[in-house]
Amino acid sequence: MWKGIVLTLELTLSSWILALVLGTALATVRMTNHRLAKIVVGCFVAYHRNVPMLVQIMMWYFALPSLLPDSIQLWINQFNGEFLYSVIAIGLCMAAYVSEDIRSGLRAIPYGQFEASRALGLSYIRSMRFVILPQAMRIAVPPLINHTVLLFKNTSLAMAIGVAELTYATRQIENYTFRTFEAYFVASVWYLALSLALMGAGALLARHYRIPGSK
Amino acid sequence: MFEILYNYWDLLLLGQYPSGPLGGLSITLILSLLGLGLAFPVSILLALARISPMPAVRIPATVVVYVVRGIPLIMVIFWVYFFLPLLIGRTITGFTTMLCTLVIYQSAYLSEVIRAGIEALPKGQIEASRALGLGYFRTLRFVILPQALYNMMPSMISQFVSTIKETSLGYVINVPEITFAANQVNNQLLTQPLAVFSILALVYFLLCFSFTELADYIERRITRKREGKHKKIKSAKPAKSGYIAMSTATVSKENS
Repeated sequence: MWKGIVLTLELTLSSWILALVLGTALATVRMTNHRLAKIVVGCFVAYHRNVPMLVQIMMWYFALPSLLPDSIQLWINQFNGEFLYSVIAIGLCMAAYVSEDIRSGLRAIPYGQFEASRALGLSYIRSMRFVILPQAMRIAVPPLINHTVLLFKNTSLAMAIGVAELTYATRQIENYTFRTFEAYFVASVWYLALSLALMGAGALLARHYRIPGSK
Repeated sequence: MFEILYNYWDLLLLGQYPSGPLGGLSITLILSLLGLGLAFPVSILLALARISPMPAVRIPATVVVYVVRGIPLIMVIFWVYFFLPLLIGRTITGFTTMLCTLVIYQSAYLSEVIRAGIEALPKGQIEASRALGLGYFRTLRFVILPQALYNMMPSMISQFVSTIKETSLGYVINVPEITFAANQVNNQLLTQPLAVFSILALVYFLLCFSFTELADYIERRITRKREGKHKKIKSAKPAKSGYIAMSTATVSKENS
């Protein structure tokens, strides 16, 4: 079970990094107001928000590898392909949510602020860097934390393709020992403790980064 | 892809219905409708308990909501799968298991939505109706809930979308819903996983996307109504070039 917990945390961390990097990139691309970029990012977000994550994981594990040549498929499967595919699936899905969080943070900043900073002689980059983004990122912190907890919980879906994370390990323990109640109780307590820890840490972080004077 | 659709549409839509249990897309829809429908009254009670002034009511409700929100759905499924039969003393079908799970899980989330809706109303509303002589329940029934639930409609539709997405987890305990059916088709064909799973993703996408759009539309309407029914609303200024795209689409809370 300990191995399962470690794998769950690894899965969470790697897909979280992927989600954060890609989500920020997507939000930035969408912000440029280029028409094609907006459509592409919009489709990406809509797909990942409207299709169950389980189906996305299956898509990555069962369907998309069949496009690759056999040799590459074998090569990937040598290195724990399930883990890789589930990181990609979960990371991409959460990236869609992250980009929406950041975008809503940006939209919460009144347009006048941007105009004012341009009028004061700051360039586009500098007004973004010094005026808009510092505020927008702070507004985006609470939803980002929510989605981090969500990502952590959703790593349990990787069991469906055989990643030996906590839920999968629990099932195996239950199969070997038939001590169903104990196995699920311990696993649930672990999940609960870790999510509550994430929520608690998130609340502290949100308080730290809150814009002074706002609710 | 069309060939697969043509050959297997009945399995994907109805499962083995005439000769076996109902399955496929129809069971997905039935599950999510029933799940959210049954979760709704429970969630109202939970939400009321969460904002109750009595600690004896508030604390247990808060604990329940936090516990359910802190555990992955799949864990709840396994709990129901293994322990509900022990509790009631007889075996239950996968459908019932999934339905119970959805009710437990969604009522926790929905109660947070409803609580937010109630707390968003001005406090003066409660005070005014109490001052007018309405009791606690009548205040709720005639003043608070009608407004809160109306305002919460977009979030509730998003919650319905999440429920649809969550039914896909029934696959893990062999509920014959559409993800399960698609996997059956895939196992029969063996060679065309891409086509099969694209169909599956497309079905979910069309279903959920239309509801998401509906939620956005209702949200816009409610906002417009709140700003004054008779005022003509000037359309939002189009975004200037080089800045953030201002679309009216909203980011709603979702959880799967």
